[in-house]
Amino acid sequence: MSVGTVEQRYETVVGLEVHVELATRSKMFCSCPTDFGAPPNTQVCPVCLGLPGALPVPNARAIEYALRAALALGCEIDRECRWDRKNYHYPDLPKGYQITQYARPLARHGTLRYAGGDGERSVRIRRLHMEEDTGKSTHEGMPGGTTGVDLNRAGVPLIEIVSEPDIRGPEDARLYLQSLRTVLLYTRVSDVKMEEGSLRCDANVSLRPVGTQAYGALVEVKNMNSFRSVQRALEYEVHRQAAALDAGERIVRETRHWDEKRGVTFPSRSKEEAHDYRYFPEPDLGPCALTEAYVEQVRASLPEAPGARQARYERLGLPAHDAGVLVADPALALYFDRMLAGGAAPREGASLLTVELLGRLNALGVTVGESGCRVQPEQLAALQELVASGVISGKIAKDVLDEMVAGGADPQAVVARRGLQQISDDGAIVDAVRSAIAVNPQSVADFRAGKKQALGFLVGQVMKATKGKANPAKVNEILARELG
Amino acid sequence: MELYEWPAHRIHRGLVTGEVSAREVALATLDRIGQVESSVGAYLHLRPREDVLADADAVDAALRRGESLAAFGGVPVAIKDNMCCRLLPTTCASRILEGFHPPYDATAVTRLQGQRAVLLGNTNMDEFAMGSSTEHSAGGVTRNPWDLGRVPGGSSGGSAAAVAAGEAVVALGSDTGGSVRQPAAFCGVVGLKPTYGRVSRFGLVAFASSLDQIGPFGRDVRDVALLLGAVAGHDPADATSRPAEVPDFEAALVPDCRGLRLGVPREFLAAGVSPEVRAAIAAAVDLLVELGAEVQECSLPTVPYALDAYYVIAPAEASSNLARFEGVRFGRRAQGTSDYVEMFRRSRGEGFGPEVRRRIMLGTYALSAGYYDQYYGKAQQVRTLICREFEEALSGYAALVTPTAPSVAFGFAEKMDDPLQMYASDVCTVPINLAGLPAVSLPCGFSNGLPIGLQFIGRAFDEETILRLAYAYEQAADLRHRRPPIVAPRG
Ligand SMILES: [Zn+2]
Repeated sequence: MSVGTVEQRYETVVGLEVHVELATRSKMFCSCPTDFGAPPNTQVCPVCLGLPGALPVPNARAIEYALRAALALGCEIDRECRWDRKNYHYPDLPKGYQITQYARPLARHGTLRYAGGDGERSVRIRRLHMEEDTGKSTHEGMPGGTTGVDLNRAGVPLIEIVSEPDIRGPEDARLYLQSLRTVLLYTRVSDVKMEEGSLRCDANVSLRPVGTQAYGALVEVKNMNSFRSVQRALEYEVHRQAAALDAGERIVRETRHWDEKRGVTFPSRSKEEAHDYRYFPEPDLGPCALTEAYVEQVRASLPEAPGARQARYERLGLPAHDAGVLVADPALALYFDRMLAGGAAPREGASLLTVELLGRLNALGVTVGESGCRVQPEQLAALQELVASGVISGKIAKDVLDEMVAGGADPQAVVARRGLQQISDDGAIVDAVRSAIAVNPQSVADFRAGKKQALGFLVGQVMKATKGKANPAKVNEILARELG
Repeated sequence: MELYEWPAHRIHRGLVTGEVSAREVALATLDRIGQVESSVGAYLHLRPREDVLADADAVDAALRRGESLAAFGGVPVAIKDNMCCRLLPTTCASRILEGFHPPYDATAVTRLQGQRAVLLGNTNMDEFAMGSSTEHSAGGVTRNPWDLGRVPGGSSGGSAAAVAAGEAVVALGSDTGGSVRQPAAFCGVVGLKPTYGRVSRFGLVAFASSLDQIGPFGRDVRDVALLLGAVAGHDPADATSRPAEVPDFEAALVPDCRGLRLGVPREFLAAGVSPEVRAAIAAAVDLLVELGAEVQECSLPTVPYALDAYYVIAPAEASSNLARFEGVRFGRRAQGTSDYVEMFRRSRGEGFGPEVRRRIMLGTYALSAGYYDQYYGKAQQVRTLICREFEEALSGYAALVTPTAPSVAFGFAEKMDDPLQMYASDVCTVPINLAGLPAVSLPCGFSNGLPIGLQFIGRAFDEETILRLAYAYEQAADLRHRRPPIVAPRG
């Protein structure tokens, strides 16, 4: 009855609401620390406990971070943005309301651009606002039937980034999130660890028959805790809604939870949707009153945007994929930029970094930018230059890098100490070639009989005799002449 | 004058010159409390006598060491039971905060303690400051020292009664819609509501955050000026406290009104204001003219809507501010409940009194989807208009003169069954809170032995002018030495 795939018949319309914990040292409205994993209720004070008479004082650093994210997403800034109270009762919400921004958010009308499955994607950002996190309810370690409340997280600064319904499917949603993550990492406003809850995502998803404009009934999907699970949950939801529509059913507007284990979404209790949050202006706080000079100062301090960086790397001759690998990780990109400043050739330097250095660091369980990585970008650039100028071979470079990774030594020092300079002197190579020909008559005969791989064996013998220091190009050239 | 009747500035002089010791002063007030507290009932929690005397002794020791003495060093003071203080339970006269000992001090309390004031205890109030008679208290009855059959006003009735009865030299109250000025008027003392943002609200248990201000009570204007100076000033812990400079308020006290143009807004003398109050205000105006002021009638046409706007905005904010009282982290928790929702409902149902419950319901309704624009939104528009009208009026006048309350103190239970009548007793004070302006109330006469209050309303952050007017009037009218008789309770 239904013709074509789900994707051919229905257009998927997705809007994402993303909550990001800001990486400030202290909370949004008090000076309590924000460290993850501290014992329950040890990072609390009268303000974040909601004790009577305690008052919130905005954290200027948190506002700066939110502003960085908003500017990086190209948003318009409301310099007179306001705070509101969102009222509801829950045991992990100490004041009985959450301080958020409702009528006058910090930022609106931004754009996130990223590489999609088929060309560049552009998703509009509806709004970006600041708010405080709630605590956590827990049953772990509590006597039977009782609930514990941990308020360490209560008051941690969050930004909520709401997209327009411009996302066109489950995979697109994952790409949007990954791209958003990169922007947040670049602006250094969050460490964006989904597994620690520092990025949380809700999706609004609806289907409409291809070629129509009206939006279908909106279903909100919650409880997705990885980029992968966002894609899976949305794939499930798209197929569920398509099947219902195919069967002539109406989609009900509702909130559904993603069950990671069973791989399904299920409707959450309807009570949760009956909320009237009774938003009203937070009387304990005035407007933010950001000056134009301040906004411009923050704008000027933003690092190069990921998209611009990708384009720059490609202009330097890096393949798009290699450039993408670097750009996806700000620490890697910054490391690479320092290598470039240290004189490294872009293409070869990128390969030395992403293949050789990262391979070795992975084995140690560390990454660049961490104290466990003892190789400075300038040192890696110097190693690349030693290869480029023919001082050492690419093979020797790997040995030198081993030693650099282990001990943090300068490549020039390692090469000098171990006498690894490449032999480019014809006389010394001719001697080694003649000696190899003399002791391997069988290989010589094989080569002359047309077995090309015999030449490789003879090159290897020469390299062995020179402890790998002979210039491989020279060895090939002289061998061919001596055998010819 | 008995020692317990000395104002703070007189005590200060006595301590500095060695005429009296802080211990003698403290003992005089403690003895006075011993004599009249059972009749007046001003306090909810009194500190142990030995603790009070130890504080006084520490002041005497500091004086012997030659240390300088701040204005309230060694002065016995009381605070309202809605200001957090580690030395006392803080209950807001509510069952829901039974046994709550705050782990921190309100900034105003910290500043008084920094001056080595001798804290006596905290005073009775309407529950969560919601009321105009102190009858809505879970902590007992406070009686008006001028007539023990009448209310002291509210919600800071305990602080006003304590100062009037000589059970404290000065006291702090809080004023959201008149809760300092109206009881000051009823009890015949001086009470001031500072400009919004002048005194830190940190540690003041919030009723309506955009309206609340801590204010001083004293038996004369000079004490009120000094106490305002002691607690005023920017506090980084309160984002609504303004970094305005704190002037020397005492220096503003000059005994004349020369060169001051005053307005008398006719809306404050409309129907509902009793004839004896009208007459007293008229006489007060005559005296101000004698003192050199130029007085004109003026109009604030939106003021008649102030009470309606206030009874939307204040309950709306209160409904949110009081959401945190649910028995989970502090205060009273209902026993024998099996889940959170039941615990929450029963803790609040058992903990809050009827007036608090009424206002939570009013406020919740006013903020609800579909009613917000009609109620809260409209009330905010009225508030904006009222602010503008006051601003315009005060651009032409140095201050406005009005009654503080439409009547003298009323009897117990007289208005308890009719909330609208009770709310109407705030009609002259509420507009000033909506506008965020400073206002002071002081006695301007008596009717059948009951004090009448005169109110001066000033420009934002210009408490100096209204204190000067109050001082000039006080010196000329010379009513300040009249003290309440405190007739023993019947039966
Ligand atoms: Zn805190």
